[in-house]
Order: sequence, then structure tokens, then C-alpha cells
Amino acid sequence: MEIVKTLFQFLAAALLAPLLPGVINRVKAFFAGRRGQPLGQLYYDLFKLLLKTPVYSRTTTWVFKAGPIIGVASLVTALALLPFAGRPSFFAFEGDFIFLIYLLGLARFATVLAALDTGSAFEGMGASREMQFAVFAEPAFFLGLAALARVTGQPSLAGMFGALTGDTWRTAAPVLALLTASFFIVLLAENSRVPADDPNTHLELTMIHEAMVLDHSGPDLAFILYGASLKLWLFGALICSTVLPRHTGSWASDSALFLLMMFGVAAGVGIVESVIARLRLTKVPFMLITAFAFSALALIFQMGR
Amino acid sequence: MLLVLLSLVLLLASSMLALSLSRNPSRAQDAGAYGAVLASLCGLLPAGRVLFTGRTDTLSLPWPVPLGSLTFNLDPLAAFFLVPVFLLTGLSAVYGVDYLKSYAGRKPLGLAWAAFNTLTAAMVLVFTAANAVLFMLGWELMAAASFLLVLFEHEKAQARRAAFIYLTAGGTGALMLLAAFSLLGQASPSLDYSAFAPLTGHAASAVFLLALCGFGLKAGFIPLHVWLPEAHPAAPSQVSAVMSGIMIKTGVYGIIRVLGFLTPWQEWWGWTLLVLGAVSCLLGALFALAQHELKRVLAYSSIENVGIILMALGLGAVAAVNGAPVMAALAFAGALLHIFNHSLFKGLLFMGAGAVLHAAGTAELEALGGLGKRMPRTALFFLAGSAAACALPPFNGFAGEFLVYLGAFKSINYSGAPALAGVIAGLSLAAAGALAAAAFTRAAGAAFLGEPRTERAARTHEAGPLMLFAMGALALLCLLAGLAGPLLLLPLGSALASAFGLPAALEAVRASAIPLVYISAAGLLLLLLAGIAVARRRAFLGDKKPAAGLTWDCGYAAPSPRMQYGASSFAQPLTDFFQPVLRKIGQYPVISEYFPAKASFSTEAQAVFYNSVYLPVGARIRDLAFRFSWIQHGRLQIYIMYIVVTLIALLLWKL
Repeated sequence: MEIVKTLFQFLAAALLAPLLPGVINRVKAFFAGRRGQPLGQLYYDLFKLLLKTPVYSRTTTWVFKAGPIIGVASLVTALALLPFAGRPSFFAFEGDFIFLIYLLGLARFATVLAALDTGSAFEGMGASREMQFAVFAEPAFFLGLAALARVTGQPSLAGMFGALTGDTWRTAAPVLALLTASFFIVLLAENSRVPADDPNTHLELTMIHEAMVLDHSGPDLAFILYGASLKLWLFGALICSTVLPRHTGSWASDSALFLLMMFGVAAGVGIVESVIARLRLTKVPFMLITAFAFSALALIFQMGR
Repeated sequence: MLLVLLSLVLLLASSMLALSLSRNPSRAQDAGAYGAVLASLCGLLPAGRVLFTGRTDTLSLPWPVPLGSLTFNLDPLAAFFLVPVFLLTGLSAVYGVDYLKSYAGRKPLGLAWAAFNTLTAAMVLVFTAANAVLFMLGWELMAAASFLLVLFEHEKAQARRAAFIYLTAGGTGALMLLAAFSLLGQASPSLDYSAFAPLTGHAASAVFLLALCGFGLKAGFIPLHVWLPEAHPAAPSQVSAVMSGIMIKTGVYGIIRVLGFLTPWQEWWGWTLLVLGAVSCLLGALFALAQHELKRVLAYSSIENVGIILMALGLGAVAAVNGAPVMAALAFAGALLHIFNHSLFKGLLFMGAGAVLHAAGTAELEALGGLGKRMPRTALFFLAGSAAACALPPFNGFAGEFLVYLGAFKSINYSGAPALAGVIAGLSLAAAGALAAAAFTRAAGAAFLGEPRTERAARTHEAGPLMLFAMGALALLCLLAGLAGPLLLLPLGSALASAFGLPAALEAVRASAIPLVYISAAGLLLLLLAGIAVARRRAFLGDKKPAAGLTWDCGYAAPSPRMQYGASSFAQPLTDFFQPVLRKIGQYPVISEYFPAKASFSTEAQAVFYNSVYLPVGARIRDLAFRFSWIQHGRLQIYIMYIVVTLIALLLWKL
């Protein structure tokens, strides 16, 4: 029975992840006074791309084709580590969040190398910026998870989110609030959303993540887009599990609440994207350093308690 | 143990043979390489047996060395270091046969092989010696042999400079070690390790500091690293692989041994190791990002990894002193595992860089590019090594760092010193990991991907079969060691027990098998998913033929290789941000006319510590030394008189 539940939540995450960008787009359309794309636009896009014939630059090698494959494989593996509504997934072990961070690192490594394989100035630029932001985002994210481990006294994702309850919010509200803020900033930067990056831009010079995948087409691009939605789901789930310590007691209602909250986070991203402008590139590290400071403060508060 | 002696004999004999065959380069090559490979096979057996049984193997020969006995001791700690020695030197020798071929006739290959095999023998001696005199003998032999190898291309001024800096560093280190061993053996009749009397208080601290500096000069952590980025790139590539992969670990081994002599530890020792390690791993990764030459990138990455190892040792020491044995055991286990893993992937990476140097005639990143098309296998192996160096699963670099992280996260149950140490260690690891990922994507991307930036790079060829074999074997080992994490815990446990004797903590290390099993399973899942993705992609493509075109360049139809992002542009956002630390020197064009024609710009990564610390201090010391130059004038008789006077003075003092 338990394994069925785990399988169910894994499949739910894997299948619902492409809805999140749809939600973001609808919220942005609402703010702009448009009707916007259908909620399930990404599903249509993925379907269309999978059937297309790709075009490859004559400069590229196998590295270019391997990038999307390694990227999507590591993100699906990461999903198999991610608790869902406070309940562990297939893999739950001591230090699993470290493994998760390094899996995200592997996906980034593969994407960046694939971008450099095209020999394009724009893709090199995107790759360079991606690695630059990662240098600031990774320590912030790591420190946030370390603080969470200290709050709950648990060294695994499932343990942390299982031990978080409403009570923790009553006793350690400042710590958790800081962590949520830090995770949200990291989410925005890691998923190339405004204010770190603009997914809708059409000017190659200003793009980061989109610039890295300019040359990908067909099934390769489908893998990349799907992987991106999984990454958004991953960070969203961490925020939801922090903000919304479960527990109505029943798994079904916990899960329903969790899903609702996921769409809430997506809506939040959409609102941020509608109301604030994109930062200048040189300012993005400072935004991430803010996230780092939030995480560090949370950890200091917790160690002082 | 007899087999280890046999491999020592094989090494020394083959180096003599190679030297005597100098006239005939190809036979000298054969003699050197066969000797090294046979010695490796011979030596791996006893080392593996000691690791898996956990029993120490001792051999005393009835031939007294001054101040002790001629005793070899193959305990699990020594065996743990010997395994990478034999693995790496054996494979490097195979690689070297192809690599050195093009030097035949121009260079004394017999001498190079003699020095290479002597270097291996010296390392075996260093790890198995059970006596300080024997140890120092091996230590100096190692320094001399590697000095010769750094001088291999002595017609280059850079190599001569590197060798000189290396010699100075080695000599200074050896002096400090002599002082450390004399202090250790002060109260005992001999300099056998087993006879060392325990020291306490300031004497113990003095030994710790002397050993830290003496061994640190070999291990190459910051700020004692200045020779490393000069000497490692200067040596032939298979020698760089051995030097970076395992020779610098002799310094780490020495620190671990001395810590073993100096129980009980003082807390500030642990903090010193922790802080030095954290600084080394962060700055090492950052400097690696700023280098323009592939082998220098790798040398700085070695500094980073030695920093990680040192930091883990410091974390363990702080935890052990503060009564957190589980945390200590995990940190120590992580340090040891990372020593093993680093030797594999750094050996592989240096060999890959050597293949590039061999094929393209240069390892300057801005002159390379597009080698992935021309040497696809080398590119594959180098990328695998880069992923391992960035500690990315499923490769082996991850396992050791993961154990250190586990140790650091044990600190959530503590407050005070262990908690702080855990946070510093974990955070430094995470930040250094992100910087290393930037450094390696940059290096691998600039060398192997995109379009060739020069004519020369466009005309490269794939590496020779023996070079490919050695690199392929190491790449495979990197993957297997990454997936077989739990299996490595048994030898790790016995090495740990013989080094630190934390019996209760061994349970903790065994318990860490559970996460490692999960990690291996998740690594296999990752490979499986990638396989599925490949299959699905093929199914979707069906019989459609992908079109070939130009790289998209914003609609521009004639992109040239010069328009690519280069290595310096890739690193520029980060190197600019960290400019206060990096202090790179740049020359930027000044635009003064309305229609500027040609402009050029250059940046140079300078050796910050060498230029702003060592050069001024060195100049001061030299000035001071010149005042005493009248003592040294080259007349042998007077030197002998000095010795006689000293002996008489000592005799009078003892009376």
C-alpha cells in the first residue's frame, strides 16, 4: 500500500509539473489584462516538439545531444528523492538533500557543456552567467537546508519535512520565515525567472537560461523544457513543505493541500514577475547574496536559540 | 610484505636498466614501463590483502640504519595510500610509453624512466617506512627524482624556474621535518615510530606546527602551495598525473601519521587544519577558474582538493577533541576516501591535458577548442574526469565529499565548537564545489567544445592507443568507484582504525553504508533513466533525418571561431567579482578616436601569493643571507674545519 502511495505521488509530480509554467503564464496574463495561453500549453508544446525533426549545428558533437538527456535524467532522479506533502519518496536517507543539490549540479554541468559545444557567442554568454549565479545560489541554498536540518534535528529531507509542524512555526517563526524567503529567491534565480532572468525575452544578449538552449530543437528541446518544469516543481515543493507543515492527518487531504499550495507558489512567481522589473545582470549576485544572508541569519538564530 | 619489497626491487632494478639502455630509447622505454607495471601488479596484491584483512604486515631486516632498525611496516593506513600509488604509477607508465615516443632522440628517455621508477620506489618507501631515518631517505629520494622530472624540458626557462622553486620548497620542508622528528625522538633511544614517546604541551604543539609546515610544503595547501602550480605543469604529463594524483598526498599521509604520534590532540590544531583547508579549497577553486593554461587549472584544482582533505581532517580533529566521535569518524573517513578518489580523477585529468598538449602542442585554453571532434575518446574521458572533479554523481568524487558532509551534518546535534566547525566545513565544500564546477566547465568547454580557435588546434589527432587505454581505465575506475561506495567502506574502516584508533566510531562509518547504498542505487537509476531517455529519443526520431546547419548566431550567417566565448570571457563575471582576491592583471583598449580600428586586450592571472608574499620575504632573507656570505667561499678544507669545530663543540657541551 505504501509503495502504491509513493508511486502515486511520484507520478503526480512528474505529470503535473508542466502545469506550473501554465499557471505562471495565466497569472501574468491576468495582470496584463490578457486572456493568455491555455493552462496546459506546455503539454501541447512538448507533444509538438517530440514529433519534430531536430536540426543540429555542424559544430556540435555528442556532448550537445547528451546535455538534455543527462539533464532530464538527473532531474527525474532528483524527483525520486523529493518528499511529497511531508511523506518520503523512493529514496530517503541521511544527507539526501546534499545528493539532491549535486544532482541539480549535474544537470547544470551537462546543460552548460552542451551550450559551449555550439561555439556560439550567445550560448557561451548564457553558460557563463549560469555558472556565475550558481556560485552564489548554491551556498545560499545549502545554508538554508542546513538551517532547516538544525531546526528539526533531522539530517534528511523526509525527516526535516516530516518533523516540521505547526508548532515549529509557533516556536521558530523568524527562522522559518527567513528560510522561506531565501528559498524563494533561490527558486527565482535557479529557474531563470524575473528578476534574475526573463523567460519571455527575445533578445539573445539579455538571456541566460534561454540563451543556453537556443540551438536545441525537437525532442532535445522537449527534454529541456520538461526538465525545467521539474526543476520548478522541485524548488516549489521545498518551499511548500517549509511553509505548510502538514498535517491534517489524512494522506489524501495533505496531498490535496500540498498540490494547491504548489499552484499557489506558481501564482506567487507569476505575481512577482508581473509587478517587478528585471534586475541588471550585475545586480543579480547581490540578490543571491541577500538570499545567502537570509539563510545565514536563520542559521544564527537557530544556533542561538 | 615480501611482495612489496619485490616491487621495490623491481622498480629500482628497472630504473637502473632503463638508465643503462639510454642509447636505445625504445628499449629504455620498454625497460622502464615493464618494470613499473610489473611492480604495480606485485604491490597491489599485498596492499589489497592488508586492507581487506585489516592485519598489519611488518618486516624487519637485520641491517641497522642509524638510530633505529630497517623496519618496513605495511599497516592498513600505509596500504590505503599504496593502492593509488600502484594503480596510478602503473597506468601512468603505460601512458608514458606513447607520450614520450615523440621525445625519442631529443631527450634522455632512459634518465626520465629511471627517475620515474625511482620516484615510485621512493613513494613506496615513504609509505612503508617504520623509522624516521628510512622515511627521510625515501622523502628526499622522492624530492630528487621528481626534481629531475620537472626539469625534463630544461631548455624552457619556465621549467628551470619551476624546478628551482620546487627544490627550495622541498629543502625547506625537509629541514622542518628533520626538526619535527628530532623533537619526537628526543626522549626515545631510536627513531622507530613505535619508540616515539608521547609528547605533551608546547613540545607537542611545536612538533605539530613543524610537521604541518614541513608536510604542508609537499601537500601544497595555501599558503604553502607556490611551487605546485609551477612544477606540476612543467613535468611530462604522466609525471604530472603521479605528482598531483598521489605524490602530494605523501604530505597528507605525514600529517595523519604525526597526528597519530601526538595524542591527545589540542583543539586549536583541529581549527588550524580546518581553516587552512577551507581557505585552500575556496581559493584553489577560484584560482583554477582564472588560469589560462589547462595544466595550471588542474594544478590549482589539486590545491582545492588537498584543501578539502585537510579541512575534513580538521573537522574530524575538532569533533574528536570535543567528544563527538561519530562526527570525527565520518570526517576522517571522508578525508581518506577523497584521497583515493582524487588520485584517480586527477590522474585521469592530467593525462587528458597531456593528450591535448601532445596533439595541439599547447595547453593554452585560448588557443584550443573543438578538440572533441578531433579526439573524441580523449574528450569523453576528460569530461568524465571533470564531472568527478566537480563531485558530480554518479562519479567517484562525490562519495568522499558526501562523507565529509555527513560528518558536518552530525553537528546539528551539538552546540559550540563542533557545530561551528560543521557549518564552516559544509559551507566551504558547497561554495568550492560551485566554483570548481565553473572552473571545469570552462576548461573542458574551451579545450574540447566549439570550434578550434587556431589552425594548429584544427589539425590535432587522437591520442595513441596506450594513452587512451590508461585514460579509459581511469575513467572506468572513476565511474565504478562512484557506484561502489559501500564496498569501499571496509578497507576505509581498517585504514581509519590503524590511523586514529577510534573503535567506537567505526560503527558510525559502517552505518554510513546505508546512505551510500542509496546513493549507488540512485546513481544506477540515473544511468537507467539516461538510457531510457536515449531510447525514447531514438524512438521519437524514428527514420527522420536530423538536418545539419549553422550554429544560431542571432541571424548572422557567417560565424567565425573568433566569435565564440573564450575561456577568459567565460570566467570574466566571476573573476571580476573576486578581483580583490585574484588581482589579475589586465590591459584594456582605450578608445580615443571616432572610428577605432584595431583593439586588443589581455588578462593575466598572477600568482598572488608568490608575488606579494614570497618575493618580498625572499628578498629580505637573501639580503640577510648575503651578510653571512663570507662563511661560504667554496674551500673544502675550511668546510671540513667547520664540521670538526662543530663536533668538538658538541662533545664539550655533552661533557
